[in-house]
Amino acid sequence: MKDIVFDFPLFTIILPLLGAVICSVAGKKVSKYVYFAVSLICAALSVPVLLYTLENGYFTRAMGHFAAPFGNEIRVGTAEVLFTLLAVLLPALSVLGGKRRLMEDISEKKINFYFVMLCLLQSAITALAYTNDLFTAYVFIEISTLTSCGLLMIRQIGRTTVAAVRYMIFNLLGSGFVLMGICMLYDLTGYLSMSYIKEAVADIAATGKYTVPLTAAVGLIVIGIGMKSGMFPFHLWMPDTYSTSTTASACILSGLVSKGYIFLLIKIIYRVIGFDVMEGTGVPLVIFVFGLAGMIVGSLGAIRENEIRRMIAYSSAAQIGYIYMGIGIGGPAAQAAVAAAVFHIFTHALTKPLLFISASGLSQASGGEVKFAALQGSAHRNPIAGAAFTVGALSMVGMPGFAGFISKLLFAQAAVASDNRAIITLSVLAISTILNAIYFLRTTMRIYLPSAEPRQNTSVYKNGTAFVFACAVLTAFNVFLGMHSQPILDMINAGIETLA
Amino acid sequence: MKMKRNDIFRRFAAWFSGKENIDDCIEQQTDDAFLTQDGYEHHRRHEKLMRLLEERPEESLRSLEIRSFNKTYIVLSVLVCVVLAGVLLYAVSFMPRFGTADNPANNEVADKYLEDGLEDTGAVSAVAGMILDYRAFDTLGESFVLFTAVCCVMILLGREDGRVSEKCECYEGENDQILHRLVRVLVPATMLFGCYIILNGHLSPGGGFAGGAIIGAAMMLWCVTLGFRSTERFFNGRTFRVVTFAALTFYCVSKTYSFYTGANGIASVIPLGTPGAMLSSGLIMPLNVAVGMVVSCTMFGFFSLFMRSKI
Amino acid sequence: MGENFFYNYEEVAAILLFGIGFTTLVFHRNLIKKIIGMNIMDTAIYLFLASMGYIDGGTAPIIDGAETYINPIPSGLVLTGIVVSVSVSAIMLALTVRLYGRYHTLNLDYIYMYAQKEHE
Repeated sequence: MKDIVFDFPLFTIILPLLGAVICSVAGKKVSKYVYFAVSLICAALSVPVLLYTLENGYFTRAMGHFAAPFGNEIRVGTAEVLFTLLAVLLPALSVLGGKRRLMEDISEKKINFYFVMLCLLQSAITALAYTNDLFTAYVFIEISTLTSCGLLMIRQIGRTTVAAVRYMIFNLLGSGFVLMGICMLYDLTGYLSMSYIKEAVADIAATGKYTVPLTAAVGLIVIGIGMKSGMFPFHLWMPDTYSTSTTASACILSGLVSKGYIFLLIKIIYRVIGFDVMEGTGVPLVIFVFGLAGMIVGSLGAIRENEIRRMIAYSSAAQIGYIYMGIGIGGPAAQAAVAAAVFHIFTHALTKPLLFISASGLSQASGGEVKFAALQGSAHRNPIAGAAFTVGALSMVGMPGFAGFISKLLFAQAAVASDNRAIITLSVLAISTILNAIYFLRTTMRIYLPSAEPRQNTSVYKNGTAFVFACAVLTAFNVFLGMHSQPILDMINAGIETLA
Repeated sequence: MKMKRNDIFRRFAAWFSGKENIDDCIEQQTDDAFLTQDGYEHHRRHEKLMRLLEERPEESLRSLEIRSFNKTYIVLSVLVCVVLAGVLLYAVSFMPRFGTADNPANNEVADKYLEDGLEDTGAVSAVAGMILDYRAFDTLGESFVLFTAVCCVMILLGREDGRVSEKCECYEGENDQILHRLVRVLVPATMLFGCYIILNGHLSPGGGFAGGAIIGAAMMLWCVTLGFRSTERFFNGRTFRVVTFAALTFYCVSKTYSFYTGANGIASVIPLGTPGAMLSSGLIMPLNVAVGMVVSCTMFGFFSLFMRSKI
Repeated sequence: MGENFFYNYEEVAAILLFGIGFTTLVFHRNLIKKIIGMNIMDTAIYLFLASMGYIDGGTAPIIDGAETYINPIPSGLVLTGIVVSVSVSAIMLALTVRLYGRYHTLNLDYIYMYAQKEHE
């Protein structure tokens, strides 16, 4: 019975690919059902795998008749399965939450292509989480780039196409750098399988023969993935992208795609290069500094914005800065900081879609406006969206009882435990919390202030059931993570220990 | 001093209530500043810039601050590129020497592909054996990259109403007799050559991708010379959908079978055949055919979408 | 400067091409030139990768009894990469066609400005 579990990861990767091929020739209704069926089946297949890895640790499976390093391999551990569950459930929830906008923004004949992109994206992120081979990771990075571009530009108004061009340029630069770094690593070590590269890199670092190319390769990979996931100073594509796309796409892009790349980066740092060699190259310091800068600059950008979706997009840049800061801290608290970063990945991935979905509900109740002046009092017109937005905002600020508080607490604990970087981390954490509070609390107060025109306060906007369901589930997850975070934390810690 | 403090509070109130132009709110209050020379100049320049942007955007881009920003951007980007190229050149000079046999890249993995490749996969071409058997997962991903690209281009350029744009009605070789006669001989020969490359993918250089590109190019040549109506007799939207669906489904199913049997240690029932024969190397030849079909349909699909917004 | 700078002439050429492509992609405001720069950049990476497989005196890796063969792995990786590059170029060109159809200019600065004005 237990042996069947070993094949489930393969099916979670292949089934969405088949689903995508079916959706491309099917009509609107059939593709919707195919997509949700594929999502549910993959989620159902991943739960036994999670239970198995919690008991027995990680396992590896060859993809084909030949084991690594001669063939491809996938490696399934606790952290990877948790991320896959996120990758399977989050797009489905986002589509439910943004369903009304989806039907409005996309033309009838092209909706099946949206579900094609969703299936392919889900398969690509799952493969990124599970893969144990560097070149496979590159191929699936390309699939997720192209599908996220498709998710973005399926809404065919002028601004979205312009945002898509900018997004593609940044992403293609990043992909180029990543591929260059992978080629250099292959030239220095001769392997493409992650565990084998690690041994060879340890030899190189010990003999000191190829240190300069090794640093260059690591730097290229880090900068490439940083460009694709919005590390400062490459976060400039974020506001346009998240504010002009349809709501479901904004949720998926901000909640899942960036995090997929960051998860791959964590895997590369721990499983390909090894954290000790990384510290020797000095790249974690750069990641740390860029993370700190991103936290401040993102929040400052959010304060200046006058539209709700652009504000949430800048806040995304700040949160990605938190995650990079956690990855780059290093020192004696490295593992705790990375666990905090992974926990924040989950927190942010569950909170940001909630914010985007509720913001779209608020703006639909105000006649489609996105500027703050028009959104005043919209929480009275759409109480559910207002409540959901409040929950999301409080979680971002770090109010106890919500998930954001736990992740800030974990970051602070990790910062205190690291010797030389404690003071600057804690002070930037404090400043960024104050900045977060400024713009989130201001928005929350504004949406509850009564609107200037009295008759607008009485009309209540009718939400669809899918919207209410998505808001409820995301809020429940948020509060659950805030109150009972210990089991998830234990799972993440167990996962990170076996990540190396 | 007092005006400055009022200023700050007014700015905060304007920001809090979400006003668009905070400067406007301030300027309306401070009439004294408006009437001074500097305030008036600033206001006039601001007006002039706004008017320029309304009427002639090209002119405004050459004006004032934007020109200096462009200069900084150019200098900065050239600097970044030179630094990047310099750093990479410095790193490359330490890398293993080009062409020597004891490079780290020429290790036991490459030796195994060359020595045992024929036995394990049945393919004479080590590269085909590698991409379609040892590292088949990468090639699966790559075929789906092509599929994704076609879907994205269909989203962008596809016309929902089914009408085609007028420019496809008159094609390049409309009245050119020499081209017509040449193409009627050349295109079938090229397609035959493409099929040969696909079917011999495991025996010689080439394979599904190269052969598919050749067949796609042949179809494009036919279309440019003889027009879309003539091409639709053997390739239209329905053919495209059916062929792509069949090829990709076959690819997924056969690779699932291959990965499942491989991971579980079950021997594959598909025979490897004698090396050097066309019907050999297990699944590699059918997979080459599937890949070739996908690539040729995709190449022609791109051409058709760009020319007339419909496949 | 390391010792292999002149021996690794292929990789050096690939890096120079990469620099040219990167500069073109970042520097020009014309969309078609950006796409050309991106293509040059990708091609340079494939040259870099393919040049790693070469062994002096080796022939193509078709097993027909020769003495030494070159390393087949980089050739296979480059095959994958070329397909990715073609797909990406197709999508970028389709985006350019749509943007031109809407804004009647290929200059990215003007397009941003028009999109900004449209929104307001």
